Amino acid sequence: MSAVLVEAAVKSAVLLALLLTAFAYMTLLERRLIARFQLRYGPNRVGPFGLLQPLADGIKLIFKESFIPARADVLVYWIAPAISMIAALFVYAVIPIGPEVQIFGRRISLYLADVNIGILLVLGASSIGVYGIILGGWSANNKYALLGSLRSSAQVISYELVIGLAVASVVLSAGSLSLVDIVNAQQRLWFVVTQPVAFLLFLIGGIAETNRAPFDLPEAEQELIAGFHTEYGGFKFAMFYAGEYLGIVTMSLLTATLFLGGWHGPVLPGVVWVALKTFAFVFLFIWLRATFPRVRHDQLMGLSWKVLIEIGFANVVVTAAVLALVGR
Amino acid sequence: MASLVRQSLALLRGLLIVGRYLFRPRVTTAYPDVKTRVEARFKGRHWLTRYEDGMERCVGCELCVIVCPSQAIYVKAAENTPERQVSKGERYAEDFQINMLRCIFCGFCEEACPTGAIVLGRDYELSGYTRESLIYTKPMLTEPYPGASGRDPRREV
Repeated sequence: MSAVLVEAAVKSAVLLALLLTAFAYMTLLERRLIARFQLRYGPNRVGPFGLLQPLADGIKLIFKESFIPARADVLVYWIAPAISMIAALFVYAVIPIGPEVQIFGRRISLYLADVNIGILLVLGASSIGVYGIILGGWSANNKYALLGSLRSSAQVISYELVIGLAVASVVLSAGSLSLVDIVNAQQRLWFVVTQPVAFLLFLIGGIAETNRAPFDLPEAEQELIAGFHTEYGGFKFAMFYAGEYLGIVTMSLLTATLFLGGWHGPVLPGVVWVALKTFAFVFLFIWLRATFPRVRHDQLMGLSWKVLIEIGFANVVVTAAVLALVGR
Repeated sequence: MASLVRQSLALLRGLLIVGRYLFRPRVTTAYPDVKTRVEARFKGRHWLTRYEDGMERCVGCELCVIVCPSQAIYVKAAENTPERQVSKGERYAEDFQINMLRCIFCGFCEEACPTGAIVLGRDYELSGYTRESLIYTKPMLTEPYPGASGRDPRREV
């Protein structure tokens, strides 16, 4: 029993370190890549290629003055960024990042828990993450923050449905809610081939769910200054940021897991395949941000409710019908 | 349906166009390491120029003081004496100060100057740790030798 606990504790620690490093370097990667797309250099002064920039940013943010706006709801104001970050980190407990490997003569599975409702847990946790945004915007007692969080709640509720429907057809094809089983079901054929529509829906929904351009209305700087985190600074802001960037990694990892066969791939070890596939989607996220202008709020809502959800329902029905008639 | 496909393809094309820029050379100059070329008529730090024979051009007329829109120039004129002939006119500038914090580098002083004494040079790295260090005094502004500012000392004006 204690061996299991130790294993879980070690895995959690490694995962946490890995994720926080990934978050730190996501910020650098995004800044460098966006700069490259715009024919600039981006941060390149701290360390070689600016590789120590995230460290410098972190130190700066930690030592900033802890600021609380007047008439803010102090307790909620403090809790909101924590919710945002913890929800983003929690998801990784159930997402597998590789097949079982042999370390120190023990067979170790590269996931914290193979929950039989894994994907539901992921969707649930990402919905909880929205509370961070909503409460953060609400508690700060700032009209821009409030508008940003209102937009965010409307957006995330709309696009969660899209994601849910895309996931539903994947779950139907795999016959399981466990992410490990879903990956194993793609041993022969990736779901991106059998479920292309669900793949696109999931991708669009994922961009909207993580509040990324072109769906970054909750923090549309031209209209809302910084949206929900207008009144946040220092480490609390860093936590929101961590939540946002970990969300991108989560969505990329999920896309790779649900549609691109997770760790399945020739020659290279499974973990490398997961990393490569995840990076491909992270790159796509940044590429999209460099390319597209922000959509209007009514366009955003219209796209979800009038187009994507209908397509999603149709996709689920067709998938179910085909599976019922032909079998898996 | 056809329009949906067309719009989706347009989005894809947009992505590809932006993607192409990933492989183009950067336009940014890595400034402190690499410096940009300064144009011929660039207006940078001022110089008080001399004639070929080392005589100061400034005659202390204070026209630059009058024309300066940000009132950055201070001139204290003094009479030339036969024993001490500093400039070619009746008077010369005993003290000449330019407040680089006030100067907007419009170049009016250069245009107003009847003898072509004050010119705007090429140097643009003008910063300091104190305000006092940025009030340039006459010894700092005067050319150490004729032509040090890069202007021809034989020119008329």
